[in-house]
Amino acid sequence: MINPIISGIVATFDRDNIDTDQIIPTEYLKSIKKFGFGDFLFDGWRYLDEGRLDMTSEDRSKNYDFILNKEPFTKSQILLTRDNFGCGSSREHAVWALRDFGFKAVIASSFGDIFYNNCFKNSVLPIKLTVEEINHLFEITAASPISFEIDLAKKAIKYDQVSSYSFDVKESLLERIIHNLDDVDITLKHKEQIEAYELSRRQQRPWLFDCSS
Amino acid sequence: MSFTLYDKLWDEHLVQTDENNESLIYIDRHYLHEVTSPQAFEGLRRKHLTPWRLDANVATPDHNVPTDRGNKFEAESIKDEVSKIQVVELDKNCNNFGIRQFDITSSKQGIVHVIGPELGYTLPGMTIVCGDSHTSTHGAFGCLAMGIGTSEVEHVLATQCLKITKLKNMQVNFHGQPRTGVTSKDIILHLIKLIGTAGGTGHAIEFSGSYTSLASMESRMTICNMAIEAGAKVGLVAVDSTTLDYVKQHSNLSDSMFDEASQYWKTLNSDRDANFDKVINIDVSEIKPQVTWGTSPEMTIDFDAQVPSQEDIDEVNLENLLLAKAYMGLEESQTLQDLNFDKIFIGSCTNSRIEDLRAAADAVKGKRISKSIIEAIVVPGSGMVKAQAEEEGLDKIFIDAGFLWRDPGCSMCLGMNPDQLKPYERCASTSNRNFEGRQGNLGRTHLMSPLMAALTAINGKITDPS
Repeated sequence: MINPIISGIVATFDRDNIDTDQIIPTEYLKSIKKFGFGDFLFDGWRYLDEGRLDMTSEDRSKNYDFILNKEPFTKSQILLTRDNFGCGSSREHAVWALRDFGFKAVIASSFGDIFYNNCFKNSVLPIKLTVEEINHLFEITAASPISFEIDLAKKAIKYDQVSSYSFDVKESLLERIIHNLDDVDITLKHKEQIEAYELSRRQQRPWLFDCSS
Repeated sequence: MSFTLYDKLWDEHLVQTDENNESLIYIDRHYLHEVTSPQAFEGLRRKHLTPWRLDANVATPDHNVPTDRGNKFEAESIKDEVSKIQVVELDKNCNNFGIRQFDITSSKQGIVHVIGPELGYTLPGMTIVCGDSHTSTHGAFGCLAMGIGTSEVEHVLATQCLKITKLKNMQVNFHGQPRTGVTSKDIILHLIKLIGTAGGTGHAIEFSGSYTSLASMESRMTICNMAIEAGAKVGLVAVDSTTLDYVKQHSNLSDSMFDEASQYWKTLNSDRDANFDKVINIDVSEIKPQVTWGTSPEMTIDFDAQVPSQEDIDEVNLENLLLAKAYMGLEESQTLQDLNFDKIFIGSCTNSRIEDLRAAADAVKGKRISKSIIEAIVVPGSGMVKAQAEEEGLDKIFIDAGFLWRDPGCSMCLGMNPDQLKPYERCASTSNRNFEGRQGNLGRTHLMSPLMAALTAINGKITDPS
């Protein structure tokens, strides 16, 4: 079980439609591993040079105007952005890169559908708030770096001493993050049902099982 | 009760729905490629599992493969070491687990979304998934097809099911007859401009209307392919005689099996009074050729229009506009026709089928590409498309005009193989994404139809096709 409270510095990305190609460029999709993508997160914005998979952040020429290269944001755990975050390519590497950098939650007014699903498989919590709430959070984070406290059980983001926004997320998806559950294990409990369905389909739609080619 | 096509496909494949309203949907076809599958196969090994149903899977390498490889090329010949590892890994995984693969040496290899339909693995009414967002392409056949992440690739391999919640229904009616020079690519770009890249989020979009009914399977695939660029992971077109003619020609089913299946396939359309959560009507006769100016597919304008300026836009979107214009190297009050192009890319899962190559070849026949163009490449979507094009003499037309005629792969759609833009190069591209760095670090992408890209090659600039 993970800590049901996510508390950390908020990094802000004040633009819409940040696509998964920006979160991690294709060059790094050549890895066959599931970890080690943190140094390539937002690569095109974070560095001035072109990188390769065998490089680390230390080898690179950094863009010090970029938020994740400034203190205290190098240790950010919460990302605040606007509309349609994670649109585009289905690459789960985008979530792996956010996770490996240290992000535990992303707050946005909307998400790309495939990205949103991918988050829950990797213990990164995507939180949808209204545009007004997002605007307000951008206002209060503008002046100086601040931390939010996200309570997974209460489904609430505490953004100052006394105030918080509640958010909605499917309970079963949240459970997967809190208890680090694996979907394959859960689904295989229904093995017999899947087999029964498959058998009936073999009879009703035989062309789907015709594999002469 | 009346149902949409999406509802029907959903119900047909529903294994169960749990108390949290999450459903197990049975998957008929699973396409795999080298980029998003290695970690999924590793997951199977770690759990000591084998694929649930081997014959549901079809694999091919496409993202990493060099397109100037020629004959007798093997995975081991790939120069980029990390690309090679990925392609070799797919070979190993397919061999070890017993999955059917059209490998890099196969005459049938190609972009996964091009080979699926043409080899008859995509059949109407199927649920189809692949670790690639452009899986929506197969919706053109009345399939419930969508892109998935790598964890889901593993899940489908292990269980033959996907665990998802039902989407909402959206209908987009394209009616009317397009003007000369306007293609399915222009029509889908126009829709994305209109509803934005999040306009279809949470929805399955069914494309219908008189234009869609008359469109070829290739055009329908182009439209469904880019549904994801409108935020919808599922795009759909009802099954009709055009679908059945294509499937009859491409599938490997016996005549009797085809006839039996056809009876069912003919029911794959939305009931007349089915309810859609959103309906959009578009008269395609009003659409001009479309070209993207910015770094998101919704940043699209008529080919002869001025790039949006600060006055045209509300304050909320100003930051997006300024960032995109700076990245694309655009000045105030420029039109797209003012821009000089460096490279031309005709290819990708959006526009690399025979119809696309015919349209482009027709526009360049007997002409030469502009001296200002550094490189113009045509990349057929598959070995089969390439062979067909060569049989029709299209390769010769392109080569005579100064294009490079390549071998199948994703090529310059994304910077994973040697076909890439250099910083600040401007490209007329028939692909699907104009994101920052998509075609190479700091490269500048303008999306358009194969016809418009071909004309841009000849003139060095965006040109009126009429």
